[in-house]
Amino acid sequence: MSINLTLLIVMGVLYACGIYLILERSLTRVLLGLMLLANATNILILSTGGYAGLAPLFDKETGPDAYSDPLPQALILTSIVISFAVTAFMLGIIYRTWVLARQDEIQDDLEDVRVAKTPSFDAEDDAIVPLETSEFAITPSNTSDHGHPEATETPNTASTQEGGSA
Amino acid sequence: MNLANLSPLAVLLPILGAALAFLLIRHHSAQRMVSIGILSATLLLECLLLISVWNGGTTSVTLGGWLPPWGVVLVVDQFSSLMLVVSTVVSLAVLIYATGQGMADGDQEAPVSIFHPTYLILVAGVSNAFLTGDLFNLYVGFEILLTASYVLMTLGGTGPRIRAGVTYVVVSVVSSVLFLVAIAMIYGATGTITMADLAIKLAELDQGTQNLLHVMLLVAFGIKAAVFPLSFWLPDSYPTAPAPVTAVFAGLLTKVGVYAMVRTETLLFPGDTLNVPLMVVALLTMVVGILGALAQSDIKRLLSFTLVSHIGYMVFGLAMSSVAGLGSAVFYVAHHITVQTSLFLVTGLIERRGGSSSIDRLGGLAKLSPLLALLFFVPAMNLAGIPPFSGFLGKLGLLQAGVELGTPLAIVLVVGGVVTSLLTLLAIARVWNRAFWRKPEDAEFPDPVLKATGNVGVLPRTMVGSTAGLVIFGVALTVFAGPLFQVADGSARIMLDRSAYIHSVLGDSVEVPPLAQTDEVQTGDAK
Repeated sequence: MSINLTLLIVMGVLYACGIYLILERSLTRVLLGLMLLANATNILILSTGGYAGLAPLFDKETGPDAYSDPLPQALILTSIVISFAVTAFMLGIIYRTWVLARQDEIQDDLEDVRVAKTPSFDAEDDAIVPLETSEFAITPSNTSDHGHPEATETPNTASTQEGGSA
Repeated sequence: MNLANLSPLAVLLPILGAALAFLLIRHHSAQRMVSIGILSATLLLECLLLISVWNGGTTSVTLGGWLPPWGVVLVVDQFSSLMLVVSTVVSLAVLIYATGQGMADGDQEAPVSIFHPTYLILVAGVSNAFLTGDLFNLYVGFEILLTASYVLMTLGGTGPRIRAGVTYVVVSVVSSVLFLVAIAMIYGATGTITMADLAIKLAELDQGTQNLLHVMLLVAFGIKAAVFPLSFWLPDSYPTAPAPVTAVFAGLLTKVGVYAMVRTETLLFPGDTLNVPLMVVALLTMVVGILGALAQSDIKRLLSFTLVSHIGYMVFGLAMSSVAGLGSAVFYVAHHITVQTSLFLVTGLIERRGGSSSIDRLGGLAKLSPLLALLFFVPAMNLAGIPPFSGFLGKLGLLQAGVELGTPLAIVLVVGGVVTSLLTLLAIARVWNRAFWRKPEDAEFPDPVLKATGNVGVLPRTMVGSTAGLVIFGVALTVFAGPLFQVADGSARIMLDRSAYIHSVLGDSVEVPPLAQTDEVQTGDAK
């Protein structure tokens, strides 16, 4: 099986540029990177067909070795169609991002940021619940910090009691 | 035997249904009738397929008149038909739920009417991926379902969905490119892409090339299945989609990745070359996933993390490559598809009833809607693996298989599996205690809906009914666990033996190469 060096070099350059571009934060560049990756892969499939022979149209005089392998070409055709559809969809999304946020960048997940900033102390789970909750009981231990329902970081406040009204 | 000739219809019917539903885009009730009718017919057909292979046996259908090593074949065996039936049951329940939601909210806006055709295309892609016996056709199946899922993920085009959709699309496209590169290299190395033919020809390559191709395929499928180092896209993107869409994604899409991994491990690269790295990955997936779930306060995100975590169980079963392990993994896949989807559907109902899916803002749901509490409780306990349910049986099977295998790593995984199960229970109990058990007054910033008494018409009957149906189906998996385990073990035996699969595609005269047991080579330990 002979290998076409030009194809290989082109493929390598396309992969390198594609990978560089999809690591960017700008969506348009990511899209361009994906397109380059798809095309590099198409060239890879093409080069697996081996020797570039005649068009694979059946002819009685031609021996089977003279044709080029038709299967990779069929695969490429399918993959071109698929990457075409995905590219069109990506363009749609990128335009929509621009309309909504006036930004061409991937945005952070707000919920993710919020969860990351949440302190490990949780009022519902971790607060010390007073044993006696009746209004007639004398509970001298948890009268100290009563005015601050927000101070959930200090575990000895009875913040479960305050949470609902806060 | 002849029933298998109907298997192309499992792909064709949904596609035809999608075309019809697209034509009826302005007639909402007709569109609903068409999509539900078509999906029911598909389900019926797939049940027939499952019955035809119930006692073992593998049949293949050649498409387009091209003989197997060149043309595309569809292969029906126990595993693929079981997956087909379970996935279609789940998709049908979700479709009915979605129509119920659409009817309740008034689906007059244009984007929602695109839901039905896209959904049917998604089902067609899933069926194609389950049935195909050709590596490139598997890629096409993946692309069909992924492209449909891109549209469903960004339905309506709101800000958060677009943000999540971008991540999802880019990650999926990268994994598809990796898969395509792997296919090209496999074709370059062997000159064929029919999986049965590959099973023979890949064994003739030298071990280094085999490992390269093996790892490339596993990485590509690992991204789709959300296996640990490649799973970060999932909890980021799934929760923002509409409730029925998240439900069907959680149930089906990752499992298609798991299915492809099972086929890779059993058919294309049998033996135990990569079992050790797979086990390590399974352990990390289980533990890291569930630790992520514990930190969440949004139910949808929490469930997405448990979804990632429980993929680890399936990979564990797969990595043992024994009949008991693989059989339990097959059972676990069927169980997990059902349970995870019902939990996401219930979350959709919680969001309607309580006005939010954040456990900080919910409370008192058990009193407000006891039915909703029951619908959440049963699949939640099932997911955590509490004894009578199928989740317990699946986990028990996996743990038994792990102990049977007896290597130190397998024992570590058994312990990891038990810990993950307990932590799942903890995560689920947090949701239960806050959203259902505590008083509504204890919730922070509760939605006004939460204060309204009685079922004030916010839970449409169709949505509750379809969710209840799916929960009952999940319970039925427990009741009929005996026959189901029999099929799962049978399918594991057939898959590990390989000869039935290869003979049904290439004819009985082909010699099946012996399994490559590479105990002394240990090339897989590069990680």
